[in-house]
Order: sequence, then C-alpha cells, then structure tokens
Amino acid sequence: MSEIILKATNISKQYRLGLIGTGTVKNDLKRWWYGLRGKEDPFLKVGDVNDRSTAGSSDYVWALKDINFEVKHGEVLGIIGKNGAGKSTLLKILSRVTGPTTGEIKTKGRIASLLEVGTGFHPELTGRENIYLNGGILGMTKAEIRSKESEIIEFSGCERYVDTPVKRYSSGMRVRLAFAVAAFLEPDILVIDEVLAVGDAEFQKKAVGKMQDISKGEGRTVLFVSHDMAAIQTLCSRLLILENGLLSYEGDVSKGVEHYLSSVKSGQLNYQNLNCTTGIKTITFLDDKDDHIESILVGQKIKIQVEYQNENSRDLSISLGFFDVFSNFKFACRSDIIDKTYNSQTGVATLTIDKWPLSEGIYYYNLAVHDKGVMIENVKEVGILNTERGDFYGNGKLPGHKKGFYIDYNWS
Amino acid sequence: MSTESKDQWLYTISSKRKLININFKEIWQYRDLLLLFVKRDVITVYKQTILGPLWYFIQPLFTAITFTLIFNKVANIETGAVPPFLFNLASVSVWGYFRTCLTATSDTFKSNAAIFSKVYFPRIISPLSLVTSNLVKFGIQMLLFICFYIYYYSQGASLSIGSSLLFFPLLVVLMAMLGLGLGMIISSMVTKYRDLKFLVAFGVQLLMYISAVMYPLALIREKLPKIAWLVEYNPMAYIIESARYMLLGEGTISTFGLVYTVVVTIVIFFVGIIIFNKTEKTFIDTV
Repeated sequence: MSEIILKATNISKQYRLGLIGTGTVKNDLKRWWYGLRGKEDPFLKVGDVNDRSTAGSSDYVWALKDINFEVKHGEVLGIIGKNGAGKSTLLKILSRVTGPTTGEIKTKGRIASLLEVGTGFHPELTGRENIYLNGGILGMTKAEIRSKESEIIEFSGCERYVDTPVKRYSSGMRVRLAFAVAAFLEPDILVIDEVLAVGDAEFQKKAVGKMQDISKGEGRTVLFVSHDMAAIQTLCSRLLILENGLLSYEGDVSKGVEHYLSSVKSGQLNYQNLNCTTGIKTITFLDDKDDHIESILVGQKIKIQVEYQNENSRDLSISLGFFDVFSNFKFACRSDIIDKTYNSQTGVATLTIDKWPLSEGIYYYNLAVHDKGVMIENVKEVGILNTERGDFYGNGKLPGHKKGFYIDYNWS
Repeated sequence: MSTESKDQWLYTISSKRKLININFKEIWQYRDLLLLFVKRDVITVYKQTILGPLWYFIQPLFTAITFTLIFNKVANIETGAVPPFLFNLASVSVWGYFRTCLTATSDTFKSNAAIFSKVYFPRIISPLSLVTSNLVKFGIQMLLFICFYIYYYSQGASLSIGSSLLFFPLLVVLMAMLGLGLGMIISSMVTKYRDLKFLVAFGVQLLMYISAVMYPLALIREKLPKIAWLVEYNPMAYIIESARYMLLGEGTISTFGLVYTVVVTIVIFFVGIIIFNKTEKTFIDTV
C-alpha cells in the first residue's frame, strides 16, 4: 500500500453573497471581537448549501462543506463537478491561493498548480526573461530553470522569438511558452485545471502527451480537474465528484463518470427554453403511440418533437447530435442534409427514428439550429438519454453486446 | 502501511493561523523569485522611453531645483552653511525612497491580484522586492548626489562628513522598514476599504510637508512652535534630519528622536507583518 501524500479533513469554505466583506465595519468588528475572545465566528453558523439555482435564505453560502479525502503517492485523482460545484475553490485552497474557512489539509509534498498558464508574464520582457520570471513565480529556483531552459524553449517551439519581448508574440505563442514553463515544473503534487484547451491542434497534442507523461510515466501525484470525460477516463485512477459544495462520490472512475453524467447533464431527457425568439422552445421524446418516454429501448421507434420559434421566418435547419458519456460523437440527424428546412414562424418539427440503434448505456445529445449554414443556436449537453436493452430484430432475442451500434442486415 | 505520525507532514493548510507566522525558510527558498522581481521592476520601468534610466536622475534633480527656487530663494528658508540645492537634493532623494516604498507596497494586493489569485508564493516577496528595487533606484540617485557633492566641495562650500556617515545604511534600512510596514498595513486594508487608496495619494503629499523635507527641523520649532509637535511626532522627520546630518553635517541628531523613530518603526513594521499575514490568506475573496 502506498503512503498517503495528502490528506484533507473537513475542508469548508464560506463566501458571502452580494457585496464583499461582511458588509459593514460593525460586522467586521463583531467578528474580530468574537475571534479575540476565542469564540466561534458568529457568521459561520449561518449559511446555505451552495445551490446556484435556488435563492437561499442566508447571505452566506458554503462553497465547500466538510470535504474529506486522501490522495496516495503516485495517484492521479480526477475531480469533476458542475460549474459552481466548488472545484475551483477546492483547487484554490489546495494551491494555497486562499485559505479554507474551517478544516485543514496536510501534505507531504510540494504542491504546484497549473491553474492558469502565463501568470505573471511581463510584456516588456523577452521570452527568455519571462521563462525565468514565470518559473520563479511557479516556485522553481534559477538553477532549476537554467538546467531546463533549452528543453522549455524547444518544447514551446518559439526558438526564433525567444529574445523578443513577449508583447510582440501572438496570443498562441504566449500560451505555448507559458505551458512549456509549467510543463517542466517538478513538484511532488501537481494540480491541473483544464489548461488543455490552448494552442493549435499540433500543440494540444503535444500538451496532452506531456500530461500523460507527467501522470503516468513519471509517477507523479496529480490532481486533475476537467470537464473532458475522455481525458478523465484515460488519465485518472480515482475520481471525486463535487456537487453543490459537497463530496458526492469518491472512487472508481468509470462508475463515477456515469454517476456524474446521470446526475449532472441536466439529468433529464426533454428540453425547455420558453423565452427564445428564434430557435428551439421544447424538445419532447415520444414513443410510437405518442406517449412520453423516460428511457429508450434498443430498436424502439421513437419520435422527437421539436417545437421551434422563428420570428423572422428564416430557413431553419434543425440538428440533433448524439454522444456517448465520453463525449465521443455517435451520430447526428440534421434536417437540411435531407433537404428539410422549417420557415414558418412557429411550429413543431418531428424527427422520427424507426429503430433506435445505440446499444444500452447513457448518451446525451446536443442541439443546433442553422440558417443556410450559419449557426443560430447551439446548445451542448441538452439532455441525457438512458438506453435499455431491447429487442432490435423483433424476434425476441436480445443481443448481448454493450458497446456500439445495431444495424439492420441480411445474410443470404 | 499508512502510519500517520503528525510530524511527517511537510506543511499544513488550515484556517487557524498564528499571529505572526513567517516561514523564513520558505522565503529563503523563494529568494530567486525576489531577485527576478527586482530585475523585472528595474529593467521594465523605463523601457521604450527615450531618456531611459536618466529618468532616475531627472525626478530628484528637478524637484530639488524647484524646491531651491521656491523655498530658499522666494521663501528664504535658511539651510545653514550648506548650499540650498545640495540640502534639497539630499532631502528629496531620501524622502523619495520612503515615498516610493510606501506607495508601491501599499498597492501590493491590488496590483498583484492577477498573480496572487493563481499561484502561491510567500506574498511578502512582493513588497520586499519593491523595497529592494527602489533601493537600486535610490542608489543610482545617491550617485547623482555624490556628483553634486564633489562639485560643491571643489567650489569651496563648507561641507563636513563625519563618522556618523557609517550609520547611513542603518538609516536606509529603518526607512525601508517604515515604508514597508506602513505600506503593508495600507495594502491589507485597501483590499476591503478602497477609500484608503485615495487617502494614500494625497496623504503622502501632505506627509512630506511635516517630514522636514525642505526645511531644517530646528526651523519649524523656531517659527511655528505651536504645531511643531506635528513634525516632532513624525518619525520620518527624524530620519530625514539625521540623513542630512550624516550626509552634509547640517542639523542635529537627537538621541530621543532616533530612539523614538526606531521604536515606532519596529512597532509599525511588526503590526504591518501581522496584518499582512492575516490578509494574504483570504484577500483573494475580498479584493
């Protein structure tokens, strides 16, 4: 059993909603007075669970509440959660940018974070000078940076510009240089927030490769926060899920991902956006008897009713795209591809799929609306589809395979 | 095997914090960053300016000329045996160091919010680097002073340098500590109460007039005995008076004044560190 390198106990973080501070000098003094006498902070008792969508009764909110977890040496721990679930707050506490309100984190190693690359770049300094400055900010000593300088420059691919002030760099080059510095950090525990969505395709590939090296090859302990389920699945060995500031899941990755998707991706099949002027108002899934369905059987005939609004009578092309839980594209149904557009001011478009082809599991869908190739509306992760085993071939036999498609075929 | 003896942990992140909690070992680990910040501040200030580092000279030079014209020629302030210009140049340079230390550090949290909200390093590195980089500027300005000193000396002005000059570095350290301490207090409070930002801007201007910058300490006692206490309670006044005594042999050094200054400086410095320490942990939530 490998040793525990980091241990968090009862981490909580309280924020005040609205204005910053406790608001008045009076409250500040009260707080100070309580603290002086060693009493509990009077404002800590109140506070709601952090749920973005409901208005709470208190001005205080717990961004994190009683988080406990341990990280073992060499482990790659993934952390996922909805926007506002407390991921960033947790990372900020881990990287010591801000302190917890209660609780403590004990660690046996140096923690460094890649919260955002390029922090502290000075535009007037050259690339080389900025490598040193940025490295220093991230906690490297001059000697450490000097020993890696050529590697960093090579990795960034900015050899030619390295003695030019950074203000002359393109934004892409700046990001490359910044990532290169960060990638050569060597802390005991590395905290990574989604930094991968930077640079061009070539550089992204390089960056992902480097991440994998860091987490796999070099046996470093990594805390990885991402929305990219595929990246989580390939890189992580254990998973934490945060929900409204609470730790809602801890454990195995693939189970966790499913748990997360079923609870997070709006959690439901149908869609509603009644205020839109041009685009989709509702999406409703029906079976062939026009009854609402909660889940889909493999091979079932389904109708998807899409109610649209189209004030200026544009030529709307409606498209639904289906993805698996790892964000892998499965198939899409785009109306203008089969020469169908909708130009009345309001109406219902119906997409019929005669035999649902995807095997059992959880999928989600995106919607997009185009007018002559110009995107008008694009909603990602609109709803979640739960597909159950079904009789695709209509002969009472349930094929066993769990991954992939079912298609109609003939043997002769 | 997961034996968990408490002493194994490298460090603990917790909500509790001791009153003074300075991790000198950690600050020492980040010494390279301090130097990098100093280098950045010194190099980048006058980039893409025509006169470049000459600006370091221009500011004290022209301020001293203006002061000489207004306070000595028009208002007839006596500067003893010392040429008024040299008197003012010394005061202006010394005051300038204190002023830049104070104003620069008082903005620490706000101007570094972008970095502080992303990465951890001992926050005190930032104000320390400002005090150090301003020391470099101060050193350059003292070169200018030496040039004029030699010029006036060769012209036969009566200037005397005593052994007290040896204590000048200590005076500079005292000044740095005072500026740093005050700056840290203000910077910590600015994160919550923005009013202080405006106070600093003109407060420093007013402070100059009660810091014996353009007149000898003795003069205010003689001319305005009723409000002389305002100057006498100001530690900066003693620092500047002492600096002139060390550099020019003009004025007095009072034991009481110096002891008072040292005590006040140390108190302010430690209060500054305590408040700064308290703020650095959670300022990102309030800034």
